[in-house]
Amino acid sequence: MNDFSFWVILSNLLLATRWTVLLSLVAFVCGGAVGLALLFARVSKIRWLDTATRAYIEFFQGTPLLMQLFLFFFGVALLGIEVSPWLAASLALTFWTSAFLAEIWRGCVESLPKGQWEAAETLALSYIEQMRYVILPQALRIAIPPTVGFSVQVIKGTALASIIGFVDLTKAGTMLNNATFRPFLVYSLVALIYFALCYPLSWYAHRLERQFNVAR
Amino acid sequence: MTYKLQFAELLPYWDVLLHGLIFTIVLTIVSTIGGIAVGTAGAAARTFGPKWLDPIVAAYVEIIRNTPFIVQLFFIFFGLPAAGVKLSETAAAFLAMVVNLGAYSTEIIRAGIEAVPKGHLEAAESLAMTRMQILRHVVLKQAFQKIYPALASQIIIVMLGSAVVSQISAEDLTYAANYIQSRNFRAFEVYLVVALLYLLLAIAARAVLRGIGRVIFPKA
Repeated sequence: MNDFSFWVILSNLLLATRWTVLLSLVAFVCGGAVGLALLFARVSKIRWLDTATRAYIEFFQGTPLLMQLFLFFFGVALLGIEVSPWLAASLALTFWTSAFLAEIWRGCVESLPKGQWEAAETLALSYIEQMRYVILPQALRIAIPPTVGFSVQVIKGTALASIIGFVDLTKAGTMLNNATFRPFLVYSLVALIYFALCYPLSWYAHRLERQFNVAR
Repeated sequence: MTYKLQFAELLPYWDVLLHGLIFTIVLTIVSTIGGIAVGTAGAAARTFGPKWLDPIVAAYVEIIRNTPFIVQLFFIFFGLPAAGVKLSETAAAFLAMVVNLGAYSTEIIRAGIEAVPKGHLEAAESLAMTRMQILRHVVLKQAFQKIYPALASQIIIVMLGSAVVSQISAEDLTYAANYIQSRNFRAFEVYLVVALLYLLLAIAARAVLRGIGRVIFPKA
C-alpha cells in the first residue's frame, strides 16, 4: 500500500490547490464587495448605521475565524437549508474578509484631508457623488498596498475551511498523510505550495508600499 | 419546523468551558512572552548581528508569515516526530504559537529599531556605551515604545488564531466547544457562546495591553 511516489503526492496536492485558489478568490471578491458597502455605511454620517457597522466589524475581527466557520456551518443548517462545506466556508470567509477590508479602507478614507469632503460638499455633490468622484479615487491609491497585503491573510484563512470538511490544500495534505504516513514530506510540500501562493503577493504589497512612500 | 435555541443545555458543562478558557489564556500569555523574546532576538540579529545570520532570520520570518498557522501546527505536531522530535499536543501548541508570533514580532520590532534616529546611536557610542548597553537602553526602549500598538494587535490576532490548536487536541476553548457539542448536539448554541467568550477575551486583552502600555511607557 505504501507505494505513493513523490510525484503522486505532489500532483494530488497541486490538484487540491485550485480549490484553495478558488475559495480565496470568492472570499476576496465577495468580501471586497460587502466591505465596500460597509465602508459607505461606516463613513456616512448616519449614527445608527455607523454603530451597526462597528458592531459587525468588532464581531468579525474579535472572534476566531474558526468559530465563524462553525457558526455558519451549523447556523445556516438551523434555517432548514442544506449547507455544504463550500457554502459555509464561502460565507464565513466573505464576512470575515469584508470586516477587515472595511476597516483598512476606512483608514485610507480618513487619511484624506477634511477639506476634500468640505470642497465636495460645497459643490453640492450628494454623499454618493462625494464618495464616487472625490473621496474614493484618492483613497484607492493609498488603499492598494494594504489590500494586496491582506489578500495573503485571506489565502491563509482558507486553510481553516479544511476543518469543516472543505477539500482544499490543507485537507488534501491531511488525507495524503493518512494514506502515506509521510507527514514530514506532505506538510513540507503543503507549506511550500502556500508559500508559493502567498510570497509573491507579500513581496508585491511591500514593493507597492515602498513606491508609495517614495512618491509621497 | 423552527429551531428553538436552548442555551440552558450548556450549563452542566461550565467547568469544561472554564478549563478551556484558562488554557487559552495561559497559551496566549506564554506565547506572548516567548514570541516577543524570539522577536527581539530576531530583530537584533537582523540589524546588529553578523551578516550571515540575516538571510536565515529573514527566511524564518517569510516562511512563517506566508504559510497558514494550521499548516505550521500540523508540521510541528505530525511532521517533526517523523524527524525524531516528538512533542505532546500541548507542547506542540505552545511551540507553534511561539514560532508564529516570533516571526511576526521580529518584523514589527525590526521596523521599530530602524525608526530609531541614527544620531541616537552615535550619541550613545560617543558616551562610550557598549553594544549591549546601546541596544538595551537606547535602541530597544525607543523601538518598543514606537511599535507597542502594532505588537499589541498582533498578540490579539495570534490569540484568536490559537483556536486552531484544538485540531491537534490541545485542550483550549475551541476544544471545549467541540467536546460539548459532541455531547449535547447543541452545536450552534455552543459555538455562539464560545465565539462571544473569545470576543470578551479580545476586548479584555486589548484593555490589559493598553494598561500595561501606560505603565511601561508613561507619557513624559
